[in-house]
Amino acid sequence: MYQTTYHRASSVDEAASLFAKGSESKFLAGGQTLLPVMKQRLAGPSDVIDLGRIKELQGVELSGDTLTIKAATAYYDIMTNADVKQAIPAIAYLTSVLGDPAVRYRGTIGGSIANNDPAADFPAALLALGATVKTNKRSIAADDFFQGLFTTALEDGEIITAVSFPVPAKAGYEKMRHPASRFALTGVFVAQTKSGDVRVAATGASQTGVMRVPAIEAALKANWSPSAIDSVTISANGLLADIHGTAEYRANLIKVMAQRAVAAAR
Amino acid sequence: MGVEGIGARVVRKEDKRFITGKGRYVDDIKLTGMTHAYFIRSPHAHAKVKKIDSSAALKMPGVVAVLTGQQLVDDKVGNLICGWAITSKDGSPMKMGAWPAMAPETVRFVGQAVAVVIAESKNLARDAAEAIVVDYEELPAVADMRAAIKPGAPQLHPEAPGNQVYDWVIGDEGAVNAAFSKAANVVKLDVTNNRLAPNAMEPRAAIADYDSAEEHFTLYTTSQNPHVARLVLSAFYNIAPEHKLRVIAPDVGGGFGSKIFIYPEEMVALWASKKVGRPVKWTGDRTEAFLTDAHGRDHITHAEMAFDANNKIIGLRVKTYANFGAYMSLFSSSVPTYLYATLLSGQYNIPAIHAEVIGVYTNTTPVDAYRGAGRPEASYLIERLMETAARQLNVDPAQLRRTNFITQFPHQTPVIMAYDTGDFNASLDAAMKAIDYAGFPARKAKAKADGKLRGIGVSCYIEACGIAPSKAVGSLGAGVGLWESAEVRVNPVGTIEILTGSHSHGQGHETTFCQLVAERLGVPISQVSIVHGDTDKVQFGMGTYGSRSAAVGLTAILKAMEKVESKAKKIAAHALETSEADIVIENGEFKVTGTDKAIALPMVALAAYTAHNLPDGMEPGLKESAFYDPTNFTFPAGAYICEVEVDPGTGKTSFINFVAADDFGRLINPMIVEGQVHGGLVQGIGQALLEHAIYDANGQPVTASFMDYAMPRADDVPSFNLSHTTTLCPGNPLGIKGCGEAGAIGASAAVINAITDAIGKNNLEMPATPDRVWRTIHAA
Repeated sequence: MYQTTYHRASSVDEAASLFAKGSESKFLAGGQTLLPVMKQRLAGPSDVIDLGRIKELQGVELSGDTLTIKAATAYYDIMTNADVKQAIPAIAYLTSVLGDPAVRYRGTIGGSIANNDPAADFPAALLALGATVKTNKRSIAADDFFQGLFTTALEDGEIITAVSFPVPAKAGYEKMRHPASRFALTGVFVAQTKSGDVRVAATGASQTGVMRVPAIEAALKANWSPSAIDSVTISANGLLADIHGTAEYRANLIKVMAQRAVAAAR
Repeated sequence: MGVEGIGARVVRKEDKRFITGKGRYVDDIKLTGMTHAYFIRSPHAHAKVKKIDSSAALKMPGVVAVLTGQQLVDDKVGNLICGWAITSKDGSPMKMGAWPAMAPETVRFVGQAVAVVIAESKNLARDAAEAIVVDYEELPAVADMRAAIKPGAPQLHPEAPGNQVYDWVIGDEGAVNAAFSKAANVVKLDVTNNRLAPNAMEPRAAIADYDSAEEHFTLYTTSQNPHVARLVLSAFYNIAPEHKLRVIAPDVGGGFGSKIFIYPEEMVALWASKKVGRPVKWTGDRTEAFLTDAHGRDHITHAEMAFDANNKIIGLRVKTYANFGAYMSLFSSSVPTYLYATLLSGQYNIPAIHAEVIGVYTNTTPVDAYRGAGRPEASYLIERLMETAARQLNVDPAQLRRTNFITQFPHQTPVIMAYDTGDFNASLDAAMKAIDYAGFPARKAKAKADGKLRGIGVSCYIEACGIAPSKAVGSLGAGVGLWESAEVRVNPVGTIEILTGSHSHGQGHETTFCQLVAERLGVPISQVSIVHGDTDKVQFGMGTYGSRSAAVGLTAILKAMEKVESKAKKIAAHALETSEADIVIENGEFKVTGTDKAIALPMVALAAYTAHNLPDGMEPGLKESAFYDPTNFTFPAGAYICEVEVDPGTGKTSFINFVAADDFGRLINPMIVEGQVHGGLVQGIGQALLEHAIYDANGQPVTASFMDYAMPRADDVPSFNLSHTTTLCPGNPLGIKGCGEAGAIGASAAVINAITDAIGKNNLEMPATPDRVWRTIHAA
């Protein structure tokens, strides 16, 4: 690890001001991505600003049809939260299969979406549920937030404060785990909104990161059932290919995971 | 057996320190004035080293020295050696390319060291390493064996035209040809045995400490065999004579073969310690482990098996290409030859076998022994062939095996090995009963109704362990003998120290070896300690690998124990005024048989050391040593059967059941044996389903971290159903065969046989990843 200066911020405003003072600052949430890359000397921030102890970034709120998860809430706390389990059980399930226990105790929803790893689980949930990302400056719709591999709409120094999810009529998530990394080799989140709209997002599959799957959305809108997807064809064009999964295999997984997510949706 | 004797499930003594963080590994050791080494490694698979500019690095804070490969040459430090000479079929010796510990001119695999920074801390050394500019001239590289043997391929070593290490043969080709010419059926199979990275939990590490006043070196190193390390470092590398080099292998966190070998890093640490006049520490990280720990397996094989009309095997023909990587590692030459082809008879009566093995250099990490070492490759090949044959001949796979089992012992195979004993039907019976083999068709039908593909796979393995009879291996080219030594010291107040040349790096010797003493003397194991891993303490030893430490190492202890007991009986008889023949040892006492007269071990020991009243002419003291050289290999064998379910939507394999029925001869501690089998099975399953060390066409490693290289996790494997069928090994007095490698040898074929049964396609390579299985299911 290169030398760095560590700061523990006590408020979002303090964090933003500390960030601005450093020559090459990085925010630290759960550290599940940043710390390993720093240890490997693949990142060398001048200043690390720890958001993990900021009280206003912790917790879950359910208000009417909106579930709000504050940005620095750890996966474990999301997974075990009664409001999450009652309002959107698919999110509780997603966090329960995310990484391993050590990752779940440390990793946060804000850290996951800010990093926007193309195989991370949470971006699929945000995109399929039509969530809104709240920052210290503005609100950003999930459709606008994710902009490709490791790229988001966040400006330099902008801090995610929370994610708001409209509570759906039904939602489900299924993934095939990458055998080595345990990220999603392909994961699919399906959601049926209370107004009857259907949104489907796939992670781990596309060369451009998390993506909507319009063909499956159309099929499910016509008939919300696993068999509705039988006749859908997913093209392998533009999908990721590596030693653990060809593009054709991932195309198949999008379909199979979507079917299983619909079957599991509640 | 007594509560702590042979056969007792004694809890491991060493675990208290391991599970409370009190283990003492090389990296835990800190010496006064210690410096830290960081190696500059080649990013290229094949390149000329044109220039190394360390001028900027030398000015950086905390930098003590930057040393290069050329300086090793200037100081006449020897190249790495290969300790087993193999002769090609044309009579020529194996073609060994020079392997300097740091490359002065040419690098031949990604990760090969070219220079080392010595600094006040590891981080400062790494900072300085980034300031060193190495000017490489890239050369064409070849990583694939098939490409490497083609005309016009990039050449690695001038000593080895065509990148060929050797072209070695075993068996009677004429007899095999004759068998095939009269065969009723011939079964053919092409298999790849995938390359594996060993990944011991503790990365390799070394600390070298040179004492200029005594001209003496101490080396702390992660070694499975510290005496062999000292022998090789002294005899071949011009670093220090044996009596001026102490090698200590303290607690070592797993080896699996990868810590047998002498690597460049410990050689460089020793040399550098003398150069800088301070202790030098190097601890590898996980990336260095992937790049530089000797890999395992990596064979491509074509095999043909001939059957008569009664489904009896009449001949076997095998041609194997074995990837050596860029250099010949310490025992690499023996692995695809004498440790592989000599086991090609499996558990079967095969009258004629011929095998040809071609060793190939490629621009990849060197390949050497990894848990099983040649025997997994043989067993996988034979057991895949048997399953393929059963399908082709339309007979039950278990029955085809029974038709061909060796049932008379001793049995001389056509490929050197003489099996001493075994009962292969008993193991297969036990495994079939445990898995309810007869009920499988009904279970398969039910799974099919649920949309799942269910399969069952059998693997009947045999291995040659208890390595090894010295005269026999010497005649086959080994550079060392493979006996073991031991010393038993009874201290003046009756506690006992066992000094052994075996080395424990997870095997539990500190418990099992004490159990022998408990068995013989009836003393609690708390009064016994095991001393190992230090060349200054233990007279000599050949170390731990090849499932040898119980069969060979413990037998050496037994021989020394017998000498101690004999002397102690004489002392006891003298004290009790009776004859030695009347003394029996029970519960820590020397008793006059048939009387209540007895003297306790501590009193006998005290008498030996006070020497006030010893028999006339007897030397004081109670300490004996012994060397034990086995007369044959041992032959652990068994039957593994696994039942799997494949998800046709994803290609993912799930285990329904995995049963293992092993014959290891006598078990010292069944709990530890079960742990060894569990670990071995997981490694075999890892090879079958998950693990693969991959290079791209230019020799760049694709799997150099756990993000890409899939190590098995607990939830990837089932709970195992283990049992034992026992035939005692006639080759050693305790009847032990060894258990350390069996799981890794037998498991992978059972898994692949089960998956191919489930999906109804015979050709499936390892690792059977969900992607590969799904594509195989859906292939036209």
